[in-house]
Parts: sequence; C-alpha cells; structure tokens
Amino acid sequence: MRFQSLLPLVALFAFSLPAGGAGVDYAKSEITFVSRQMNVPVQGRFKKFTAQIAFDPNKPASSKADIDVDLGSIDTGSADADAEVGKKAWFNTSVFPAAKFASSSVAQTGPDKYEARGKLSIKGIGQDIAAPFTAKRSGDLVTFEGGFTLKRLQFKIGEGAWSDTETVADEVQVKFRIVTTGNK
Amino acid sequence: MLCAKRERNVRPREMNSSPQRYTSVAITLHWLIALAILCTFLLGQYMTNLQISPAKLKLYSYHKWVGVTIFLLVLVRLAWRLAHRPPPPPASMPAWQHSAAGFAHFFLYALTLAIPLSGWLMSSASGFQVVYLSVFPIPDLIAKNKDTAAQLEQLHEALNWLMVAVIALHAAAALKHHLVDRDNVLWRMLPFVKQRGAVK
Repeated sequence: MRFQSLLPLVALFAFSLPAGGAGVDYAKSEITFVSRQMNVPVQGRFKKFTAQIAFDPNKPASSKADIDVDLGSIDTGSADADAEVGKKAWFNTSVFPAAKFASSSVAQTGPDKYEARGKLSIKGIGQDIAAPFTAKRSGDLVTFEGGFTLKRLQFKIGEGAWSDTETVADEVQVKFRIVTTGNK
Repeated sequence: MLCAKRERNVRPREMNSSPQRYTSVAITLHWLIALAILCTFLLGQYMTNLQISPAKLKLYSYHKWVGVTIFLLVLVRLAWRLAHRPPPPPASMPAWQHSAAGFAHFFLYALTLAIPLSGWLMSSASGFQVVYLSVFPIPDLIAKNKDTAAQLEQLHEALNWLMVAVIALHAAAALKHHLVDRDNVLWRMLPFVKQRGAVK
C-alpha cells in the first residue's frame, strides 16, 4: 500500500532526469527577445521553458538540443500586450501552447563557436532556422549563448491588422542563454 | 487709405519706444506651440482608453513625437525671447497684473518643458524608449520600473491638468484685456493683424 502510493513519485523522478547527463539550471537560463514597435526596440522574455541539451565539445556534431517554450509565460514588456499575444491573431495559445525547437545538426564554426540548425515550430508552422551560439565551460557549468532572427509573419504571429510591419516589425531578435550543470 | 495714414502716425512712436507687437517669430511660435499642445493633449486623453491595436501603438508614438516637438519649440522660443524682449505692458496696467502675468508666463514655460520631460521619463520607465519620428532614439535616463512608471504617469497627468488651469487663466486674462480693458495686450500676440486701436 505504502509502496504503491510512492510509485507515481518514483516515475515522476525518473522522467525528470536529464537525458544527456547534464541538467539545465533554469535560474541562470533565459530566453529573451526584442521586438520593434514603431521602430522602438521592446524587450521581452519567456518565463517558462524546458530544454534538453546533449553537448560534447569534442564531438559537436553529436550534440542535440530540444527546447520547449511555454508561450503563455510570455512577458512582452507591457501588460496590455501580454493579454493580447495569447489571442488567435497572435500565438493562439489555447490551441498552440508551446513553441518547439529540435536541432537537426550542430557544427563548430570557430573556437567555442557553433551553429545549430533545426526546426522551429510555432502555431503549427515549422521553419528551418540556424542559430549561431557560443559554448563556454567553467567548472561543471556550460553556458550556451546565442540567438537568431525570427520573422513573425512566417509563423503567422500577428495576423489581420497586426500583420502591418510598420507598426510591429516582422523581424524579432530571439536570444537565449542556457546554463547546464553537472557536465563531466 | 485711412489705414495707411494711421500706420504712419503710429510708426514714429514705435521707433522711439519699444515695439508694440511681439515679433512675428514669437507670434508664430506661440500659436504653433498652442496648437500642438491642444492636439497632443486631446490625443493623450483619447488614446489611453483604447484597446490595444496597431492604431493605438501609432497614436502613442505620435503623441510622444508631438511632445518632443513642443519641448524643442519651447527651447527655441525661450532663446528667441532672451534675444528679443517682449513689448512692454500698457501703461494703464497695474503693477500687480504685470507681475501676475509674468508669473503665469514663467509657469507656462516651465510646464511646457516639464510635461514632455515627465512623459519621456514615463515612457522609459514603462520600457518603451522614445524614438523621435521613428528615426532618432532618445536615450533612456531611467530604467524600466513598474512603480516608477505609475508614479510618473500620475505626475504627467497632474501637470497636464495644472497646465489646463494656467492656460484657462492665461486665455481669460487675454480676453479680459481685449474685451473689457480694450488695450493692446492680446493684439500684440495675434497673427495676421496689422492694426488694432491700440490706444484709443
């Protein structure tokens, strides 16, 4: 009886173990973005995301990254806009709650410099993207920092009246910093 | 013909004493700034209650641009005023009225500078840098902070209502001079007029 009641807990623990040996330190990690409204750069971020990172600097090609971003956790920089971007014309979060990135290849481009390619899926639309990043190790921590430019209209983020790029620019700069711990 | 004759009679007096009217630059700046204040004040009232939309984002930007323009025009106006003294008050005007007017004018200059400044700081505190005309970024003096933004919003609004009160007083005084005292005080600042029975 007692053992049975513990089972779900054990299962939960087992599933939450990071696949690649290294876990993500979410307190030190962030996904931010800069959108432009009337040519005014506006900072935003996603408060919740999960990342699975397998990275070996000696064999960068074998690296793998899977990132799930909770779109409902967006902080656009203003309360007005936070309420708006969940709606149908924007992320339509009730139907598409998450954005996903799955890497297909990682290549080294310089010392500590890499490029990840893969598919970014938002709102049911998948697009191939390339994200240059750096990976720096200190102790058992590895810090991945990089970014890419997303064209929001390719993902139908902001439809109808909001597709006017003079008001909200098409290009959104996405930046990430992901810190993994327990690296051997 | 009659006008020309009268003008000729007035001219020697103008040359001997101080000018009767404000310079055309001062008059243009006064009315241009007044019009800009009226437009952006009404826009400010209208835009804040709108639902978020591309139009709202545009209107907010226009509001800020007009505010920056007013600030710049007021600086030009002050520089012009330092170089070109305003015409003296009519001799019939009591001294207390002269100092009251001086105080009100000073207050108006201060408000027309302080209101755009408070709006700029408020915009920075809300996390929106002001980019004048979508081209020139104006640096953020203060960092983004929700509480500071709310306080500056209250300040911006309070200064605006204070300005409404001072403008009402200013306009009422000008009309009183024109309609009751029948002196040349308003006439000195009116555009497109050459003559008024300044002195009866």
